[in-house]
Parts: sequence; structure tokens; C-alpha cells
Amino acid sequence: MDLSKIGIILLSGVLVENFVLAKFLGICPFLGVSKKLDSAVGMSIAVTFVMVMATAATYPIYANILEPNNMGYLQTIVFILVIAALVQLVETVLKKYVKSLYQALGVYLPLITTNCAVLGVTILHFDKGYSFGEALINALGAGLGFLLAMVLFCGVRTKMESAKITKSFAGIPITLLAASIVSLAFMGFSGMV
Amino acid sequence: MEKKRSGLSVLLAGLIKENPVLVLILGTCPSLAVSTMAVNGIGMGVAATFVLVCSNIFISLLKDIIPDKVRIPCYIVLIAGFTTIVQLVVKAYFPAIDKALGLYIPLIVVNCIILGRAEMFANKNSVWHSTLDGIGMGAGFTLALLVMGSVRELLGSGTWFGMPITVNAIDPMLIFILAPGGFFVYGCTIALVNRLSQGKAIKRKSFGCEGCPSAAACGNVVNERKGE
Repeated sequence: MDLSKIGIILLSGVLVENFVLAKFLGICPFLGVSKKLDSAVGMSIAVTFVMVMATAATYPIYANILEPNNMGYLQTIVFILVIAALVQLVETVLKKYVKSLYQALGVYLPLITTNCAVLGVTILHFDKGYSFGEALINALGAGLGFLLAMVLFCGVRTKMESAKITKSFAGIPITLLAASIVSLAFMGFSGMV
Repeated sequence: MEKKRSGLSVLLAGLIKENPVLVLILGTCPSLAVSTMAVNGIGMGVAATFVLVCSNIFISLLKDIIPDKVRIPCYIVLIAGFTTIVQLVVKAYFPAIDKALGLYIPLIVVNCIILGRAEMFANKNSVWHSTLDGIGMGAGFTLALLVMGSVRELLGSGTWFGMPITVNAIDPMLIFILAPGGFFVYGCTIALVNRLSQGKAIKRKSFGCEGCPSAAACGNVVNERKGE
């Protein structure tokens, strides 16, 4: 696998096929945790971490166990269970051995189990026919794209707090409209790769 | 909600008063992603309704057997099972819908509406009420997707259910079937519901998925736990 291919996969994950703004995956944390910068960054790093770990765990299971035995239809059940168990495991290991990392990411980890972005990324690898290495890079790119979207949107929301907003639009609707404009900016990247 | 409620009120609650998408703000991801066309909205709505009704029935039946501590994993396995059934049926009999919805069919398993209703309703109500709640919430989800899908399809491609409506008279605004249009239409629809309900609907001040395990991410729990 050459460097340019790695670059393309990474770039398309971060910008062109941004998970939140182009694919609508992981909208709940995107809208829920983007109020403060530190929690937005913490959540995104935790998501990136789990995405890469989950890919590393589910890819071999699908390619070596499910696929050869014609059990591809079990993908959804197996993946969600593996991800749930993995998150639990990572949390326990971090708590015991890497205290500092646990303090930074620990609170976000259990919330990620049923994040559709994580399950989505593990399934998407197979739709796109990536190899194991490419899948890992794609997962990293998707996570970084999530981070970028979160940080950008956090800035937008901080500004919005001081704005006066019509009653019907206050709260959720105006946040969605702001997301629409941020997403419009990301449209500029389409067709780049 | 703990008071005795008639079956009809349970059924109707999901449709308008507690509409999962527009009032409870659950299941945002699929709502935004598949509402590019009215027919996709219906397809997704029916698929999710099936999973929702089945999971509500079974969780309500098993509520005394499943230990409280491992209930979320149990629910997820149940839901994943039904999702797989839907996935296979759609793939076999409705290949066009399978192609349009793609990834979002397996992702029904992490749809907050389903886990949310399991946690908020099915594990403390009777089987009959849980079934009605599943049908009502599913219909509400379908209705919201149909409304958003119709608006986006009409503005974005000038058609409705594939029939040309304004496409010959006005140039369609492509942006509405792309990602930004999704956020825009969703935001406006919620604002409209806010305006029409005038505080009669349950007011939601911020995002949240109390029922889903990501609840803490969507509220203040994160900050509270950080402050320890």
C-alpha cells in the first residue's frame, strides 16, 4: 500500500465523506456534546480511539470467521456485541493501567457503545472492499473527521449563545440550521478525491 | 405516564404529542439520512416500526426475567436479531429500497428510538400497551420521515413519490436532497411543531436521548461526572 493511497483514504474520511456532516452518522453526540470545547474534544478522541479499536477487532472476525462460513448475515449482531464488549474491556484496562488516559476519556467510553458512527464505520469497510490496513486508516480518518466537525461546530455554538433567537427556533431548531450551514461549507470538499 | 392509560391514548401519543423524531428528538441520524425521498422515508419507517413493535413485545414479555444490571446488552441482542430479520427480508424482496437505504438498515440496531422505548416504556408496561406504543411510535417515526422526505423531494428534485410535480416548471434546488438540506428541513420542521404546539407538546430544552445508553453524552451527566 503506497503513501498516496493512505493519504487519499485519510483525506476522504476527514473532509469529503465526513461522517457527521455528509453521512449523518453520530448526530446525537455531535449535537449533544458540542457545547463546550473540552468535552467536544474528549468525546471525539474517545470516538476515534474506539473506531480504530473496533475496526481492528471486527475486521478479522468478519473476514476470517463469518465470511468463510457463510455467516455474513450475523454481521450486525456480532459486531454490536463485539463493540460493546470491547468498549467495556478498554474502559477496564484504562482504569487499571493508564489512569491519565482514563481520566480524559473514561466518561465518554460507555456512551460510545451504541454510537451509530462506530457501528457504521465497521460495516462500511466491507461495502468499500478495503483491506485490513486500509480499513484501519479509514477508521482513523473517520474519527479525525468527527473531531474536526465537533471542534468547528463547537465554535459556532459558542457564538450562537449570545444571539437572540425567535422562540420557536430557540434550542434544537437553530442548532440544526447552524449545522446545515457548517455542512454546506463541507460540501465544498466534495469531488476533491 | 405511570397512571392507567387507555390503549388509544398510548397509540396516539407517539403519532403527534410525543412524536419520537419531532418532539422527543430521537433517531436523528436515520431521519436526516434517509429523508431524501418520500418513498425512502416510508421504507425506513416501516422497517424500524417492525423492529420496534417486535422488540417492545419481547422486552415487555421478558421484563421480569432479564436481570436489571445486564438489561441493556440483552435489549441490544434482541433488537439486533430483529434488525437482521428486517435486513434479510428487505434484501430479498425489496432490492430497490435496500439499495437506497444501504447502511442505515443495519444501523436500525443503534436507533435511539428503539432502545429508548425499550428503556422508557416496554420494561415497565404491559405487553398490550407496549405493542400499541411500538405501533404508535413507529407510525410517528414514519410520519415524520414522510413529511421531511416529501418536502426534501419536492424542493430538491421536484417530484413526489417519483411523480414529477414542479420539475418541469421550476428548476429543483439540488441542495435539499444533499446533507445541508437535511439539517435545514429538520430544523424548520421542529420549529414548526414548536410553533403549532405552543407548549402543549412536551417541551424539550436541549438534545437528549434519556432512554439510550448514550444519554449521558447528550446531557449534563458528563459535566457532572467530570466535576467529581
